[in-house]
Formats: sequence, C-alpha cells, structure tokens
Amino acid sequence: MANSPTKTEEQPKAATAPAPITTMSVVVPALAWFIPGAGHLIQKRWVRGVLLMVSVVAMFILGLAMQGHVYKPNGGDILDILGFVGDVGAGGLYILARANDWGQAAIAHATADYGSKYLIVAGLLNFLAVADAYHIAIGKKS
Amino acid sequence: MNLELSHFSSAVLFAVFASVVFGITQRNSSREMIRYGLYCFAMFVGGVIVAGWVMWILRR
Repeated sequence: MANSPTKTEEQPKAATAPAPITTMSVVVPALAWFIPGAGHLIQKRWVRGVLLMVSVVAMFILGLAMQGHVYKPNGGDILDILGFVGDVGAGGLYILARANDWGQAAIAHATADYGSKYLIVAGLLNFLAVADAYHIAIGKKS
Repeated sequence: MNLELSHFSSAVLFAVFASVVFGITQRNSSREMIRYGLYCFAMFVGGVIVAGWVMWILRR
C-alpha cells in the first residue's frame, strides 16, 4: 500500500481548508438570523425550515405572552449582557419587540421569569439554526 | 395577553421546542434527527421529573 501514507497526509489539509465564500454562504446566515427558519427555506429544506421557524417564533411569542423581559444593549451586570446576547439571536423578532417596546414590564411573578428564559433560549436556538443553515450552504451538511 | 403556565407545562413546552431544534441541527439524516429529537425530549422531561423528586426529598 504505497499510496496510503500520501492519502493520510492529504486528509488533514482537506479538512482544514477554508470553505469558499459564495453568495449563499453570506446571504443564508444573515437571512437565517433575521427570519428564523428562512435560511433552510431558501435552500429548499422546507420541512426543517418550517419546524425551526415554528419552534423559534412560538418560543419567542410565548415568552412575550408570559410577560418575559426583553433585554436592551447594556454594559452592566454580566447576566444582563448575556441576556441581551441571547435575545438578539432571535433577529427580526427581537427588533420587532424592541420597536414596539414589548417585554419591558417588571418581572413580578415566576411565570414572567420563565418567559424571560423562553425569549433568551429562542434566540440561542436561532443561533444553532443559523450555524446549521450555513453548514448546508457551504456543503458541509446535506 | 398574559399567559400563566405551570412550571411543569412551561418545562414540557420548552423541551418540545428545544428538542425539535436540537434534532434538526445536530444530526444529518431525517431518521437520526427524529431519534435525537425524541432522545433530547425524554432527557429534558426526565430531568425535570428527577429534579422535582430530588427537591421533594431535600425538603423532607
């Protein structure tokens, strides 16, 4: 097996090679962030796109309905900063909530605290969906 | 609109949505996605029930 050492030497190079920058590899993550599930839908992954959209949007709406808190950009407490990072992952939903001043009431009961967590996790789940849509766009995942 | 869910129903709804996203994003084939989603759901809900019983025992 004279060829096998050459093949094993080539494999790490191929694995670490950067993905080519294409229009889709730029547009898909941006769209997937702005509209949850749209990154999959634009790549014709209809079922996955709809399921992701329903899951993230439903979590965000339920969070708002439970009087959850929508975090603003801040430089104070670390938990508030992380709350903002989570919330902003929801993309267009976060912008819509901020524009309408939703989720600014004081957290007065346990349900509202669950609502805040729903809002944060909706954003974090959308980050996962963005990464997945990007992997499909660069051909790393089918 | 003011929705007031119990702790358990909040946790189950959370588990449903998180499991769907985990299943889709962390596996490659449809079959694996469904299996992993169900596994995550079982772990979330099982974790809630176990944690509930642990807190009940600690309170005694």
